[in-house]
Amino acid sequence: METFDLLMQGFSTAATPMNLLYAFIGVLLGTAVGVLPGIGPAMAVALLLPVTYALEPTSAFIMFAGIYYGGMFGGSTTSILLNTPGESATVITAIEGHKMAKAGRAAQALATAAIGSFVAGTIGTALLVAFTPIVVDFAVSLGSPSYLAIMILALLAVTAVLGASKLRGFISLGLGLAIGLVGADKVTGQQRLVFGQPLLVDGLDIVVVAVAIFAVGEALWIAAHLRRKPLTTIPVGRPWMGKQDWKRSWKPWLRGTAYGYPFGALPAGGAEVPTFLSYVTEKKLSKHPEEFGHGAIEGVAGPEAANNASAAGTLTPMLALGLPTNATAAVMLAAFTQYGIQPGPLLFDNEPDLVWALIASLFIGNTLLLLINLPLAPVWAKLLQIPRPYLYAGILFFATLGAYAVNLQAFDLVLLLVLGLLGFAMRRFGLPVLPLIIGVILGPRVEEQLRKSLQLSAGDISGLWNEPIAVGVYVIVALVLAWPLVMLAVRKARPRPVAAGADVPRAPGSPATNDGGVSGSAAAGSNAAGSKNDGDASGAGPTGTDRGTLGGSGSSGDSSAGSDARRRADDIQHERENS
Amino acid sequence: MNKLASRLKGRSELGLVALLGAVGVIVIVDAASITVPYSQSDPVGPKTMPFIVGGLLLVCAVLLAINVLRGGRGEAEAGEDVDLSHPTDWRTVVPLIGAFVLNVLLIDTVGWVISGALLFWGSAWALGSRRYVRDAIIAVVLSLGTFYGFYLGLGINLPAGLLQGVL
Repeated sequence: METFDLLMQGFSTAATPMNLLYAFIGVLLGTAVGVLPGIGPAMAVALLLPVTYALEPTSAFIMFAGIYYGGMFGGSTTSILLNTPGESATVITAIEGHKMAKAGRAAQALATAAIGSFVAGTIGTALLVAFTPIVVDFAVSLGSPSYLAIMILALLAVTAVLGASKLRGFISLGLGLAIGLVGADKVTGQQRLVFGQPLLVDGLDIVVVAVAIFAVGEALWIAAHLRRKPLTTIPVGRPWMGKQDWKRSWKPWLRGTAYGYPFGALPAGGAEVPTFLSYVTEKKLSKHPEEFGHGAIEGVAGPEAANNASAAGTLTPMLALGLPTNATAAVMLAAFTQYGIQPGPLLFDNEPDLVWALIASLFIGNTLLLLINLPLAPVWAKLLQIPRPYLYAGILFFATLGAYAVNLQAFDLVLLLVLGLLGFAMRRFGLPVLPLIIGVILGPRVEEQLRKSLQLSAGDISGLWNEPIAVGVYVIVALVLAWPLVMLAVRKARPRPVAAGADVPRAPGSPATNDGGVSGSAAAGSNAAGSKNDGDASGAGPTGTDRGTLGGSGSSGDSSAGSDARRRADDIQHERENS
Repeated sequence: MNKLASRLKGRSELGLVALLGAVGVIVIVDAASITVPYSQSDPVGPKTMPFIVGGLLLVCAVLLAINVLRGGRGEAEAGEDVDLSHPTDWRTVVPLIGAFVLNVLLIDTVGWVISGALLFWGSAWALGSRRYVRDAIIAVVLSLGTFYGFYLGLGINLPAGLLQGVL
């Protein structure tokens, strides 16, 4: 009951008129940037970091919470009305959602997405309230070696499990770690990678790095490939659902939530796997399987709920352990550090007001989203018509402003451009952005824990694994690393080991028993994807690396979902190893 | 034609290999130049982490080179407004970077209101907008608005530059 009291206290902090206003602004901004092409929630939070310096940390985080959930919501609007998902998490929504919109059921698609997001977000946040204190209790007992091990696991998981090519993930991670090294060493004061440049001694400002990679890099990349023909948007009225739609939606919402939260909470869960699992499950369970591929409402309701529940799940490791596992969480974590707040298990002891106000504002933000966005949907649809030159010039303008306002140094703008060009190159060569940003944030903390661990053991290397939990985590790390090799061996021995399992009955709503989903999706994959990338140990095959982002944008939604299935199935195998 | 294009594409990714190699070498050389006495209280020292990171980068560079030479290719990122069917449009990107650099050079002397407006106007122009007057009005409104917004709302004084005393 203690948790409940704290949560109520959080509500009383978050529900002051000023803070409600910030929540409102956050939700509006978040939805707007989620709807706008080219801007995601991570970029929005990064661009807002400088603005929030003048705010109380609590107000700032209440606003970020609104942006976080609002961004998820806006993303689904775009993928339903435009059929070009901006982020991987909404790819699945686009498959059925856009078909529904085309068939004149845009209002219902938006409604089931919005209400499903609300249901999933609320349940997910409740789960967050229930589980995070448990994780914290566990985490405060951990020493440096265990912490080090967990952070290494998080880095590896984000790098090697998510994304299409492991090699390119590691490249991105290495670059991020290198960026994190710049500046004076915290222990000895020795300068590293400073090159005699006094402005580099304090290290690279994380705001500048985040804005450069997310905003400048993205704007330059889109400018280089700007679509000259504007996309056609499907006009939409006020979202609503009929009785039949409700009947077909509520179970997928709950099942999607059950998939989403645990995956979000895992170090490398992300939103892609649960949305996909949810889609496959709904397709299997639906009484109208023939509608799938032509606009089945279950195919929007389930994945959209999974997406939002996973967003809630992601906040569990971020708040309890200080481990970000998606881009928005990473930038929010950077914001903690900017305020001088140490993320990690002690956060709940040191800043209880802030944390519980943040959690309470997640509930508030979620409700606001539903109340505001159902009537506003036609307005959001209009936002999609904004002239692209203004949109991207605006992003560059505000990126510059934000990075400059941190220290009022033109030098930061030089860094912004250099790192922005790096962000451009990364998008060009298919390097994922997430490992870089996580590397920048976690790199210095990994080093700190490494040094603490060996300090405690007086330089004895066994100090790295003298805690049982550390040993356990390293075993998982080894499994994550060895898994592709094992899979390779298995595949060579038996080319199609999983195709027979397609009709295994699944247990709905329970992620712990997802065997059916795994074999089903893998089977779907083996039809469509063929064996192109089977022998590719680094996962960087020339054609087998389709991340599915394009998949949602053509009429070939089904076959590309199939090729995704194979990779997802692999991912899921990892997850089962992890848990 | 097609073959040449695909070979060129493969080659451009080798530039990334060179970048990784260079960063890796710089990180390691830089760390090697640090001199610290062994300390009981800090047995790891400031050099270990850079060596690990530099090593990781070099290994990645080698693996990427092998991968690219064997035909591997990073998949360019897609998005709502991204049309990958045409090659990189340098005629948009270079002027865009130009507008950005211009702002960096000017911001401290002429002030944010002017340089920021130039940045927006120049970027919009580079991105294909040809409604010069409307662009200019939006640019000025944005830069003035942010100048006063930051000053009044956040207490951050962006440089006024040439307009010192006017604003």
